[in-house]
Amino acid sequence: MATGVQGKPFDVNSGEINKYDFRNDEKYVFKSRKGLDAEIVNQISEMKSEPDWMRDFRLRSLEMFEAKPTPRWGGDIGLDFQDIYYYIKPSDRQGRSWDDVPEEIKTTFDKLGIPEAEKKFLAGVKAQYESEVVYGSLREELSKQGVIFTDTDTAIREYPDLVREHIGTIIPPSDNKFAALNSAVWSGGSFIYVPPGVKVDFPLQAYFRINAENMGQFERTLIVVDEGAQVHYVEGCTAPMYSTESLHSAVVEIIVKKHARCRYTTIQNWANNIYNLVTKRAVAHEGAVMEWIDGNLGSRLTMKYPAVYMVEPGARGEILSIAFASAGQHQDAGAKVVHAAPNTSSRIVSKSISKNGGRSSYRGLVKVERDAVKSKSSVVCDALILDDRSRSDTYPYIEVDEQDVTIGHEASVSRIGEEQLFYLTSRGLTEAEASTMIVNGFIEPLVKELPMEYAVEMNRLIELQMEGSVG
Amino acid sequence: MSETLSINDLHVSVEGKEILRGVNLELRRGETHALMGPNGSGKSTLGFAIMGHPNYEVTSGRITLDGEDLLAMEPHERARAGLFMAFQRPMSIPGVKMADFLRHAVSNVRNPERKEGEDLLPMREFRKELRSKMEQLRMDPEFARRYVNDGFSGGEMKRAEILQLAMLRPKFAVLDETDSGLDVDAVRLASQSIAEIGGREMGILIITHHDKLLEHNPPDVTHVMLGGRIVESGGAELAAELHKSGYDRIRAAHPEAAAAEERLAQEEREAAEQFVS
Repeated sequence: MATGVQGKPFDVNSGEINKYDFRNDEKYVFKSRKGLDAEIVNQISEMKSEPDWMRDFRLRSLEMFEAKPTPRWGGDIGLDFQDIYYYIKPSDRQGRSWDDVPEEIKTTFDKLGIPEAEKKFLAGVKAQYESEVVYGSLREELSKQGVIFTDTDTAIREYPDLVREHIGTIIPPSDNKFAALNSAVWSGGSFIYVPPGVKVDFPLQAYFRINAENMGQFERTLIVVDEGAQVHYVEGCTAPMYSTESLHSAVVEIIVKKHARCRYTTIQNWANNIYNLVTKRAVAHEGAVMEWIDGNLGSRLTMKYPAVYMVEPGARGEILSIAFASAGQHQDAGAKVVHAAPNTSSRIVSKSISKNGGRSSYRGLVKVERDAVKSKSSVVCDALILDDRSRSDTYPYIEVDEQDVTIGHEASVSRIGEEQLFYLTSRGLTEAEASTMIVNGFIEPLVKELPMEYAVEMNRLIELQMEGSVG
Repeated sequence: MSETLSINDLHVSVEGKEILRGVNLELRRGETHALMGPNGSGKSTLGFAIMGHPNYEVTSGRITLDGEDLLAMEPHERARAGLFMAFQRPMSIPGVKMADFLRHAVSNVRNPERKEGEDLLPMREFRKELRSKMEQLRMDPEFARRYVNDGFSGGEMKRAEILQLAMLRPKFAVLDETDSGLDVDAVRLASQSIAEIGGREMGILIITHHDKLLEHNPPDVTHVMLGGRIVESGGAELAAELHKSGYDRIRAAHPEAAAAEERLAQEEREAAEQFVS
């Protein structure tokens, strides 16, 4: 998807050219005032014509948000919560086809190279512009099979029972401060329901984009994969760069029922001023498989630890993550696996790259509860540091209350070797090209798990991040 | 003017220690030269200095390629100017497929003005060429999908170097002990391969201990290096003699170089003793 991606370079000397930096003039139907209180939350709920139970859920969550302290671990969260817009509605109706999408939004998507993806995956594309989903199309046979793929706001209107039964059950608002915040002000996100035995054989995708200064984006995604069903959800993200803080705080809840499979793939490339504080958690039932594939680039601070709770025998959780931290960026990313039943297994593979003074941390939890006998877990985290100014840390937490288990943990930190560089440059590659190749090779074990287009995009993003990094 | 790689009075130090002490060598395109000599005489150092390894400091002397000053060029510029070195110990690049690596390398070498991010050789054209070269070298096509030198056997690494040589078709190539670590059959295959891919059209400097690699690439000139200098040059018969009788005659004939060799060897031993104690 490298074609069609063009931006106006701004500070050529910074060495940090973000080619995804472009913006459209803001045209909004509704924009809430800055700040957060019960009035704003009521207003959001009213704008969306929500049922009372959701309004109450939001108001309860707001109280929890106000009561909870900001986490003291992870990164430095220097945010003024009253200096943020919590809800912006870009246009008053949802487009059903590409023709219905407003022209400026199309322009933005063009710049992101989305139409190519659209052509290829004509079906499951959902695109989110600002806080609301403005465009979506769903393949015919999917709806025939009873698969629901819509934005969460629509789901509340059209499938209220299904949403009410599951929302907030995996990540209750009381879980942490940012889960509470999301629960109070959430907007957009995807809702997916896959009925028993249905296997969706192509990835469902969504594109996200933040476009208003000082605007928080709080999407709420809920995925329910019923017994024996399968789905792969892909979320890609690029964002323009702004000078003031911007907050992104999503909640993603996933339920993978008996013998079902779910894979959730994310590539996020946030602008350098964005705080990306996300809670992602899945529950895997008997014999179910949950896989998180998570790529984090950009942002000022990312705190994200996709989790799998294996609550019934034979469940499996897999988390593969890539973090790339450059100047002024802190990636505090990792994974959590909780083995709460016998014969459950998990694998965590984390790869981080730090350059130009960037900092990446792996923070992970492996927890095995009593009686979760014969459980197996393996953790591998590899860090690549590109220069002396950059930093990498590892914080692995392991809590095991059962003897009869197998736990493995490996960690490595390496630098790009002079000999590797010489070998590649002796074949005609410039030093920058050689470094990029080594970095792309380093993350290859994870990139090859991505759908083809995303693999290309990921490699392209790495190239952009690496430009001007040498010499 | 015929195409020439020319080395004049080259002095090279590694970590402040002088290894090459005035090397002269003239290699014309279409010629094959053998460079022989005992361990530690400076053969590989010459290879690294020609290719531009940053740890090999040229303290004086000149290297030119068709009259152009090679020493002013970065390694990637030397490669694009038509130089190649087959490594004795090639580096592994985990996660990077041979085919991707080669496509970048070939694109750069054939289009020396290419900048990062610019077009690579068209995939179809490249694949076709790679497939035919691998066939010629009797290599399994699967090889192109493996990660560069990652988990390769010694023999596979050397074959990968020869494949690179075949694809890049340089004007001048230094083959640094492309026979080391290989059994007799593998060396014969390597020797044959170098001849088959058109070694005759290049100027080749073959660094070797043995004469097996020379079997299909008879040298026009054989050089003997001792103590950081080329002390004798001769024809193919000199390579055969050294392989058969060793370096005693050479050492006796060149006492100054033999003493330099002994000095360097002594320093190596002392450094090793210090490290171990």
